[in-house]
Amino acid sequence: MDNFTVGVVVFPGSNCDRDVSWALEGCLDIRTKYLWHESSDLSAVDAIVLPGGFSYGDYLRCGAIARFSPLINALDEFVKSGKRVLGICNGFQILTESGFLPGALVANKNLNFICDDVELDIVSSKGGWFNNVDEKQTIKLPIAHGEGRYHCDSDTLKKLVDNELIALRYKNNPNGSSFDIAGITNEKGNVLGLMPHPERACDEIIGGTDGLFTLKSLISK
Amino acid sequence: MDQFAVKVFVRLRPSVLDPAGEATKSASIKLGAEGIKSLRIGKMIEVKIEGNGEIEVRDKIDLLCDRLFANTVIEDYEYSLEKL
Repeated sequence: MDNFTVGVVVFPGSNCDRDVSWALEGCLDIRTKYLWHESSDLSAVDAIVLPGGFSYGDYLRCGAIARFSPLINALDEFVKSGKRVLGICNGFQILTESGFLPGALVANKNLNFICDDVELDIVSSKGGWFNNVDEKQTIKLPIAHGEGRYHCDSDTLKKLVDNELIALRYKNNPNGSSFDIAGITNEKGNVLGLMPHPERACDEIIGGTDGLFTLKSLISK
Repeated sequence: MDQFAVKVFVRLRPSVLDPAGEATKSASIKLGAEGIKSLRIGKMIEVKIEGNGEIEVRDKIDLLCDRLFANTVIEDYEYSLEKL
């Protein structure tokens, strides 16, 4: 794993790209490479993070414009090959807009931009993104979003439940998300999208380390 | 080539809660407006577009609406078209 490299995608308006890179490099000693959204060559990276922020100023809808970048077009092959893709916050919104994950993220029920720590239940271990083999079934991660209310129709929700695609649920739903959903995976498990920010919970000095396992799992098969 | 003016209306599906609409409804009532039963906020997109006739232009607008202007998981769309 010495040469394993995680690509951190940079869109105009991304603002968590450096945080993700800091967490991976500084806390986990995992090599990273910034990928400008206009690049479609993903050959130099082994996993990809779509970081949080406001790609294209959230114009039209969050993630709607980013979906048409050359990099997202190239992501299909990357995902099909089984490599891992982690979408955090705006990255999650981009993954739903581009159809890699079902559903959509819409304005929080109370219209507030919520910046807080939240308790999350780990629901599924699909893809091995969360360390729920031990007794710790609940983690605490920061959220920071205005449009994080997960929405899907009842058929999609049933499919998510039946196929164990719901990764995380809020203990105290802060934004009105359907079924308290905070994060989901694709069927294969190699794509995870979540609204909470694991990269902001990687060092005790900033309030916790519950995000470490998820970032570290980028390098697992 | 014909030129058309198109007005696209994008609305949240009825099943999707519209908190901005609810907040505006609440402000409308505070303003003193009576009888408001429902208030929902959508988007209107104006496009001027060229094409060989209405059928071709409608095909282009359908693609734009379905793939970009609206997210059909949460939104419906409709449009009107006027030849210039």
